[in-house]
This record gives sequence, C-alpha cells and structure tokens, in this order.
Amino acid sequence: MRRKIAVFIIIVLCFLLQSTLFQAWAFASISPNLLIVVTSSFGFMRGRKEGMWIGFFCGLLLDIFFGSVIGFYALVYMYIGYLNGFFRKRFFPEDIKLPIILISASDLAYSLMVYLFLFLLRGKFQFFYYLRHIILPELVYTIVVTVFLYFIILKINQKLEEIERRSAGKFV
Amino acid sequence: MKIKRKPKHTMPSRYVLLVLTCICVAVLFVSFTLNLSGGPLNTVAGYVFTPMQKGINAVGSWFSDKADNLKSMRDVMKENEELKAQVDQLTNDLSTIKLEQYELDNLRELLELDKKYPSYQKVGARVISKDGGNWFSTFLIDKGSNDGIEKDMNVIAGSGLVGIVIDVGPNFAKVRSIIDDATNISGSTLTTTDYCVVNGNLQTMNENQVIEFGGLKNSENNIEVGEQIVTSNISDKYLQGILIGYIQTLERDSNNLTCSGTITPAVDFQHLEEVLVILEKKKID
Repeated sequence: MRRKIAVFIIIVLCFLLQSTLFQAWAFASISPNLLIVVTSSFGFMRGRKEGMWIGFFCGLLLDIFFGSVIGFYALVYMYIGYLNGFFRKRFFPEDIKLPIILISASDLAYSLMVYLFLFLLRGKFQFFYYLRHIILPELVYTIVVTVFLYFIILKINQKLEEIERRSAGKFV
Repeated sequence: MKIKRKPKHTMPSRYVLLVLTCICVAVLFVSFTLNLSGGPLNTVAGYVFTPMQKGINAVGSWFSDKADNLKSMRDVMKENEELKAQVDQLTNDLSTIKLEQYELDNLRELLELDKKYPSYQKVGARVISKDGGNWFSTFLIDKGSNDGIEKDMNVIAGSGLVGIVIDVGPNFAKVRSIIDDATNISGSTLTTTDYCVVNGNLQTMNENQVIEFGGLKNSENNIEVGEQIVTSNISDKYLQGILIGYIQTLERDSNNLTCSGTITPAVDFQHLEEVLVILEKKKID
C-alpha cells in the first residue's frame, strides 16, 4: 500500500512537471519525457508486472489529458514498462550504464511508435526531419533529466524496499 | 526472504498484459470510431489534477511576472535607445509611409473583423498545461463543462483563432490549436473569399513559425502575400470570419489551378496565457 501511494505520487509529480514546468523550460520547443523515465526505471528495478502497470497508468494519464483517442499512449507505455522488466536480473543499482541505455532505448521506442502511428499513417514521410528535430533532441534532453531523476527514483525505491523488508522481517 | 501471505494465486504477468492490451485496443477502437472521450475518467482526472496544475501555474506565473518586470525595464531602456536611432533613420525613408499605410489598412480591416466577434458570448480561460510530448500541440484550459464549455467550441485569443475544444471535463477543457499537426480548417481569403484548406504542420511550425495552406483558387492572381485568411462559411465546426493568420509565402501549384503556401498565425502561440472560448457552436442544419 505504501508503495502504491509513493508510486502514485511520483507519477503525478512527473506528469505535472512535464506538462507545466518543463513546457516552460522547453529548449527549442522540445521538452523531456519524464513519464518514460518513471515507467522504464520501475520496469527494470521492479520487474515486468510493476513496469507494466505503471506504464499503463502513465499512458492513461496522457491519454485522458492530451490524447486524441483513449488507449494509445497507455498501450505504448505499458509495453515499454513490460519489456524493461526483462532486464531486472541484469540490473545493479551502482551501475548507471544499463539504466541510461534502457531509458534511452525506451524513449526512442516511444518516439518511433508515435511517429509510426500518428504521423506516418497520416502521410508524413519525412522521417529524417522528425528524427533530427524531434526525436533526437527529446532523447538528449530526457537523458540529461534522467541523470537526476533516476537517482531520485532509485533512492525512493531503495527506501521502500528497505521498509518492506523490515516489515516482512517482523513476521518471521 | 519473501513470505507468502496470500495463498490466493496471482495471474502471470503476461496474461495480465494480454488482457490489458485487449482492453486498450478495444477502447482505442471504440473511442476512435464513435469519437468518444474519457467520460467518467475525465471527471475523476479533472478533479484530481486540474487544481494541482492551476497551483503550479499560479506559482510559475508569479515568478515569471517578477522576472519579466525586471527584464522588461532593462529591455525597454535599451530598446528605447535603439528605437530612437531607428526612428531618425526611418523618418527620412519614404517607405515608412508606405508601411504605415499598409498597416493602417490592415488594422482597419481588423477593426471591421473585430466588430463581428462581440456578438458572440465568450468566456475567458487560462492555459494551465501543455501537451507533455513534443509531437502535438494541444493544451488544457481551466474552464470546463461547469462553465458552459462544450466540445467543438471555438477558442480565440486577441483577434485570432487559437483552436477548437476537442474534449471537456467538469473543470478543464482540451484544446487542439490550429498549429497542431492534426488540424485541418476550411479557410477563405478576406478580400476575395476564395476557399482554401489550412492545416497545421509540425515541421513548418518548427522551422519558421508558420502553418500550411493549400487548394487556394487564385484565378485572377489578385491575392498577395500579407492577405488575411479567415475561417470560411463552409466550415462545419469553425464560426465564420475568425482571423487565422496572414499569408507568408504563396506559390502556384504544379497543376496551375490552385495556390498553396504558408500562413503566419495571428496568435502568438509561444506566449499563450489567456484565451477566450466562444460559447456558441456553429449550427449546420
């Protein structure tokens, strides 16, 4: 329960920051994708199931407020969370390389999905333009933010795991 | 060490994934074909998130106001000196007169256009958050169905068209701006009332802050750069005669019948803070 509340607060905070503060801090009208950082990092820290659910709710939030149809972002984020869950066994908190690579890959996958389904299908074929001007800048900005945000999420997760271990220990 | 407290079996995550995928796809198709939106989800989400977004926004705008005041003071001083030099130079220039004449004409037309709007009942709203992604340009305003806003209502700012309400919650509304890549508007030129189709474009917007238009029948070749494009009478969602923007470039298409080009929107979308929602929908019966 405590974990659910904590995760909910993280998602809400990131969503609010992404849609207000970081829009004001946008460089060349590009803003970072905080929710993908949350989804991806919970995916590889906690496994497929939790990644999936967190991704689902992050996406649903975006769908409700900014999507033109309900369900698209939820689907994309959910799969990203789920796929990140496969890397749980290879994840070590001290190592920053894997998280960075996974989060970048997730953001890239998200952007490609959006391009594929919401742009290419409407006949916008200039892929390299979008790659250069939207996808890559977003990726870079997201990685920069990841360096800070990831450690915050990691610390919160470690704290939660410690509390869970302690309360589980009481029953032994 | 993990203790099994619940003997209840849990579903393997891949089945949950499958179920959720099916739900998402189903909802996607339903909302796409029936043009439905969140419904109860909107209500819940609206009451939870909108107050927070408003709060953040209020704090943010307070800070930026203070910063702007300091900055604008310095800027104004600097600008003043620059402008003085410029004025000296320009007063000798005959083209100033031409420019002013042109501006005067424009403003007069705008004034006439403006007279059209007051008959509509409007409600002011604040922009509280923008699309979190970088692909589309939708935003949220802090008024919703509680204030009488409905889907398909037109949104303006100053004297130009901002966009259209595509979804409402009880205390927020989702607006798709005219610069959004998915927007298509039927427009017409102000002087000759030739129809054209205006569509938002992420690429041209990113490059030159302009949007595209096409299919303009410029048969007598009397439309020039600077011509005003307004919403047309045949549009089924946009009220007639709202200014969209000014023609920035104009080119004849290869079919030699129609023209296409780019439009500078009349509204500054970078610094959009307050908008007006026209509480009247276009009726087409």
